[in-house]
Amino acid sequence: MAKGMREIKRSIKSKQNTKQITKAMEMVASAKLKRAQDAAVASRPYTEKIKEVVASIASGGGTIKHPMLQTREIKRTAYLVVTSDRGLAGGYNANVLRKVWTEIQEKHKSSAEYDVFVIGRKGRDYFKRRGVALAGEVTGLSDTPKFADIKSVAAAAVKGFEEGKYDELNLVYNQFYNAMTQVPVVKQLLPLDQSEFTGAKASYEYEPSPEKVLDVLLPKYAETVIYSSVLEGKASEFGARMTAMGNATKNATKMIAGLTLTYNRARQAAITQEIAEIVGGANAQA
Amino acid sequence: MSSFLLEIVTPERKAYAQDVNMIIVKGSEGELGILPNHIPMVTPLKIAPVTIKKDRSEEVIAVNGGFLEIRKDKVVILAESAELPGDIDVARAEAAKQRAEQRLNGKRDEYDQVRAELALQRALNRIVVAGR
Repeated sequence: MAKGMREIKRSIKSKQNTKQITKAMEMVASAKLKRAQDAAVASRPYTEKIKEVVASIASGGGTIKHPMLQTREIKRTAYLVVTSDRGLAGGYNANVLRKVWTEIQEKHKSSAEYDVFVIGRKGRDYFKRRGVALAGEVTGLSDTPKFADIKSVAAAAVKGFEEGKYDELNLVYNQFYNAMTQVPVVKQLLPLDQSEFTGAKASYEYEPSPEKVLDVLLPKYAETVIYSSVLEGKASEFGARMTAMGNATKNATKMIAGLTLTYNRARQAAITQEIAEIVGGANAQA
Repeated sequence: MSSFLLEIVTPERKAYAQDVNMIIVKGSEGELGILPNHIPMVTPLKIAPVTIKKDRSEEVIAVNGGFLEIRKDKVVILAESAELPGDIDVARAEAAKQRAEQRLNGKRDEYDQVRAELALQRALNRIVVAGR
């Protein structure tokens, strides 16, 4: 009996250790979540502003003809997938990767029809395992990514569209609703949806010309959208990790409670047996 | 002295928001001085310092990859990065300058050249602003 007890005790100890770790990770994630959310909010004015200016060009000059706004026949699609570097974030990476993989399987017959850009080590490893050559990758992003960190991959993807290498650019990331809910989405980034640019009307002078200004603005806009989805992805990552680690902590608590009960029962049984043995021995002597 | 609100916004944050009297920027078509009550206008900016005149003092900000929007009520500069002289890491800018120069001297394809040139401009811009 004593041996069984020792094993239970060891098991309790190990669960307690795990619980400490998951609890710490939960707290770290919730602190970082707050910061990631703030960063996502801080990036909004920039995107809104560009959108506003593009909208006013669109509404001022009737129809705007710009390659980035035109739908072409789709021969080749690019996907930009936002994942994290580290695991232990519940279904965060698995969900978004499953989403993009089913999408690719459904839409394309051969690997010549699509290209993949990826942000985050988990996504990179996933596609490497499946033998997909990556057109671009960024790993090792900090918890509060700077625009410059993702600029190269964003610019490469946007440039690919401009040059006609791709006829469509899709953004795949976890949309952040709240700490509990993150939904993986596939969002068509390019060609840009004209209907997004409606509303705000202001008449400006453009220097040198509205077209030239659009030439500068539209790629910038696309890059900014990518940046804000990366920020949103970060918020989702911490949200997912917080929830996952919260659940892990709860499960550990439950297991420890169960094991403690078994341990106490075993202890009591051992004591009872010992008493019975002593009483038995005393009776035999009398 | 009349003034207007100047905002400098980057993807990461709002870098600047104050009432100023005049700004001098380098637009894609040449230098522009903007005083209050300017006509609404939009123009891309070159990688260059932006000079801000406020009361009797002058401030310089290193702006990269931006454009300028003038509205009736305020002026907004949207830029990929905007740094005050105090925020600039001069040693890093110097290193970037040297790297870019090396790349420009070596013969590479056109894309690399363009990138190196832009990097050089950014580095020079920072050095100039930090030196003021």
